[in-house]
Amino acid sequence: MKHETIEKSLPLMVVMIVIALSWGGMVEIVPLFWHADTNKPVEGLKPYTALQLEGRDIYIREGCHVCHTQMVRPFRAETERYGPYSVAGESVYEHPFLWGSKRTGPDLARVGGRYSDEWHRAHLYNPRDVVPESIMPSYPWLFENKVDGRDTPKKMEALRMVGVPYTDQDIEGAKAAVDGKPEIEALVAYLQHLGTVITKR
Amino acid sequence: MLGTFWQVWITLITVGSIVGCGILIVYTSRGMRKEETTETTGHDYDGIQEIDNPLPRWWVFMFWATILFGLAYLGMYGFGNYKGVITVTVDGQEVNWTAHNQWKAEVQAFDAEIAPLYAKYSSTPVAELIHNDEALQTGQRLFKSNCSVCHGSTAKGALGFPNLTDKDWLYGGQPAQIVQTITNGRQGAMPAWEAVLGDEGVNQMVNYVRSLSGLKHEAALAEAAAPKFLQNCAICHGADGKGNILMGAPNLTDEIWLYGGSSKQIEMTLRHGRAGKMPAHKEILGANADAKIHLLATYVYSLSNK
Repeated sequence: MKHETIEKSLPLMVVMIVIALSWGGMVEIVPLFWHADTNKPVEGLKPYTALQLEGRDIYIREGCHVCHTQMVRPFRAETERYGPYSVAGESVYEHPFLWGSKRTGPDLARVGGRYSDEWHRAHLYNPRDVVPESIMPSYPWLFENKVDGRDTPKKMEALRMVGVPYTDQDIEGAKAAVDGKPEIEALVAYLQHLGTVITKR
Repeated sequence: MLGTFWQVWITLITVGSIVGCGILIVYTSRGMRKEETTETTGHDYDGIQEIDNPLPRWWVFMFWATILFGLAYLGMYGFGNYKGVITVTVDGQEVNWTAHNQWKAEVQAFDAEIAPLYAKYSSTPVAELIHNDEALQTGQRLFKSNCSVCHGSTAKGALGFPNLTDKDWLYGGQPAQIVQTITNGRQGAMPAWEAVLGDEGVNQMVNYVRSLSGLKHEAALAEAAAPKFLQNCAICHGADGKGNILMGAPNLTDEIWLYGGSSKQIEMTLRHGRAGKMPAHKEILGANADAKIHLLATYVYSLSNK
């Protein structure tokens, strides 16, 4: 094939570029789609409860993932600070995953159980009440807003379609489990669950 | 472990690509001139011409160098199920390089290196160790990394998080008790009394609790609550309200308030209860946890005993 042919045909060039760019991925990424390490849930992993699920959506709504990653990398400096490094099997029920790529605040992959519920409440109401040097914004409205459980069962059904093993019972009880609860309660429930399936360093 | 299909897939693409690059270099070099020239390739765009020179030798050499680098890299670190020749030391054994093994080796090497630094303090009792400035500095650094998020960088606490610099202790201020608190954590359990006491009862109890430490209160209301205090509260806080470190029940007579001493704050505590929690830190502190806790306890103990 002549250089000139590729350079003068846009569709051909696009195809060739896509092939060139995905070449490494064919070896490094594609086999993982079928690998047990990445597809099998780690032992003890359960789908989020209705309340945790709503908390997760609040986490996304407030953009927590913009400043906080959820990915402890396998380096000593990271595991020393945050706990065991994250593994793929912990994220198989995550849609979408919230690993993130930018740490303005600390990583939250293992924040569950690290602080008390009370601390999270105080901290989310006004971070500077407990950490004077913090630059995190305050989220006082979480204490007034109530979770609306109308969409919770639908969210769980959608997640079930992509492989999260929710039972009919889970979905039936979802609305009642979250309706009218303060948003802060849902968010704290989610945070306290983060990374608690693997505890061993 | 990868299945046969993927092993073949990875091998073919990886090795095939490298060999293919080599063939490409050889193939394109064939048609190249050997000497420099002034002739053009025939490309002429807006008056800019391309002279038909061969690629510089060092440039071609770099292509070959990257191919060699690639092959050496695969041999050292492995690909697919082939583990490569590089090893790291984990648990005293030479094992193949993997990201996990490399991490483990680094962690173990560091922990082994730092263990003696901690060990030299571990045999000294806390009460004595508070006179060792170096130990205190290490303890303070551990405190700032692990404890200051709740207790503050000066250890003076915040609303809901105990001040560690005063003489008031929820669970006891002796070294062994501090060690116990850090190691296993504590769970406060003040029940909600709204349903039992009712609005009026809560109001009376607020006045009674404030009377215990001589704060402004209405004597008549406080008096009305006194029997209820004995009946409901004394089991944890003691008949005299001086608290009980076995339960983590605070002393109500010393004007130190974990959740605030204003009428409104006491009312909140009474109505809704409190469930302050100190998380267990043994697991969090990881390697050399006991030695770290010893130093942390020393630092905390020194804040009110030095």
